[in-house]
Amino acid sequence: MSATRRGERVLRVAAPLGVALLVLAAWHALVVAYDLPRYIVPSPLVVAQTLAADWELLARSLAVTLKITLAAFALAVLAGTLVAFLFSQSRWLEMSLFPYAVILQVTPIVAVAPLIIIWVRDTQLALVLCALIVAVFPVISNTTLGLRSVDPGLLSLMRMYKASRWQVLWRLRVPSAAPYFFAGLRISSGLALIGAVVAEFVAGTGAAGAGLAYQILQAGLQLNVPRLFAALAVLTLTGVALFAAMVWLSNAVLGGWHESMVSARSEE
Amino acid sequence: MSAAAPRAVVELDRVSRTYPSGTRALDSVSLTVAEGELVTLLGPSGCGKSTLLGIAAALQPPSSGAVRWWGEGPGRIGTAGHRLAMVFQSATLMPWLRVASNVRLPLDLAGIERGAGDRAARAALARVGLAGFEASYPRELSGGMQMRASIARALVTEPDLLLMDEPFGALDEITRARLDADLLALWAGRGAGQRLTVVFVTHSVYEAVYLSQRVVVMSARPGRLAGEVAIDEPYPRTDDFRVSQRFASHARALQQLLARATEAAAR
Repeated sequence: MSATRRGERVLRVAAPLGVALLVLAAWHALVVAYDLPRYIVPSPLVVAQTLAADWELLARSLAVTLKITLAAFALAVLAGTLVAFLFSQSRWLEMSLFPYAVILQVTPIVAVAPLIIIWVRDTQLALVLCALIVAVFPVISNTTLGLRSVDPGLLSLMRMYKASRWQVLWRLRVPSAAPYFFAGLRISSGLALIGAVVAEFVAGTGAAGAGLAYQILQAGLQLNVPRLFAALAVLTLTGVALFAAMVWLSNAVLGGWHESMVSARSEE
Repeated sequence: MSAAAPRAVVELDRVSRTYPSGTRALDSVSLTVAEGELVTLLGPSGCGKSTLLGIAAALQPPSSGAVRWWGEGPGRIGTAGHRLAMVFQSATLMPWLRVASNVRLPLDLAGIERGAGDRAARAALARVGLAGFEASYPRELSGGMQMRASIARALVTEPDLLLMDEPFGALDEITRARLDADLLALWAGRGAGQRLTVVFVTHSVYEAVYLSQRVVVMSARPGRLAGEVAIDEPYPRTDDFRVSQRFASHARALQQLLARATEAAAR
């Protein structure tokens, strides 16, 4: 059994890696075969070279974008969890405010960003706010759902032993909500990055505050397609790394009971 | 009742329960359970057995009628000598807590010091045959063992009244028979001085005959008491009792009562 497990784990890494290699090889082959100019489609080798050559610039931009992303993500987790706790404690509050959380979520950030950038003088803060608006909703909705998704039997049990509201919240609702909360984090971390990039696009901040979005914008205008690809690659890898970090965190916290609980349930 | 009769642990006096949806779950049910008794509520699903137990556990109020615990209101529950515990249909263990912590939960909620709680939890686990599983997670246990842990959690507060809502209904026949036997041992093992009162809900005629001193039969929609059968057999009850003539005749009596009740309800 452990042998097949290990085999599965190897496959889980090897299979997508194999796909990546295949795609890169095909890409390279096509560029070479049709002799495509590098200002339209650069070959992956050229992208890699550009990535190395422009690393200093890209790394600086990455740091800018990452700072905004992480700040927005942290705020989204804090604010989202707080709102979810309030919602879970009062149906009335949830009913009155949840529609506005939805409105916040469905309004395209590109449409709102110019306003925020006008209203908030500090550009960095404006960018963080934009990304926060995009990232906060999954934390609110998932955590609220989680705090409410409590085994009714356990709730009866807590009532029978005369548990206080606080004991019910801390000993039952919070652990029950944990899997939902972490699922929210996975979505939210990616959205924070997307929000940060979109906001940068709208703001068009250059000079010292130039993030990855600005580099992509500039590279596009200058037809520096290899750099555009390189910046895109950095952005994508950052998103993947964020997601992976969230998966790791969620496994580290829930690993003991939740994942296995899910598989045990599906066996029934 | 004579003066020497054991005192009532829980008394339901013409208790009805109508849900907000309009469903009448219970219709004027009166039932008294005396100290040290092992009473079974038997009936088809939907006859309000679980509702009745919920009311007896003070988890929900009756729509009309009165309930008394040890002769008093619900304020009496939980004081020394008047402790109540309930075992639910499923084990309802917290999957994120180890077995010992699950069992310790009622003591934690009552603010009992951790060390004393741990000792009590270990003792309760030993009583249900789960010594050595303190550090396991619930998912690592079989269904029957999870139920045992659930019973240990009920026993950890040293209850005087134990309410059990079809606790073994989801288990296989063999496991159920073992747990039934173990329950009888726990009930008998309490000694004459401080006797455990058990109200056990089941839809199994055989389980009712095997366990009870008295079986209360219920009919469905709305839930009413259809009759009572005393199982006047000595304890301890052996596996031989399960296949004896007398067992069969008790079971037949219950089945006839159930059938009559179901017919009457259908009319």
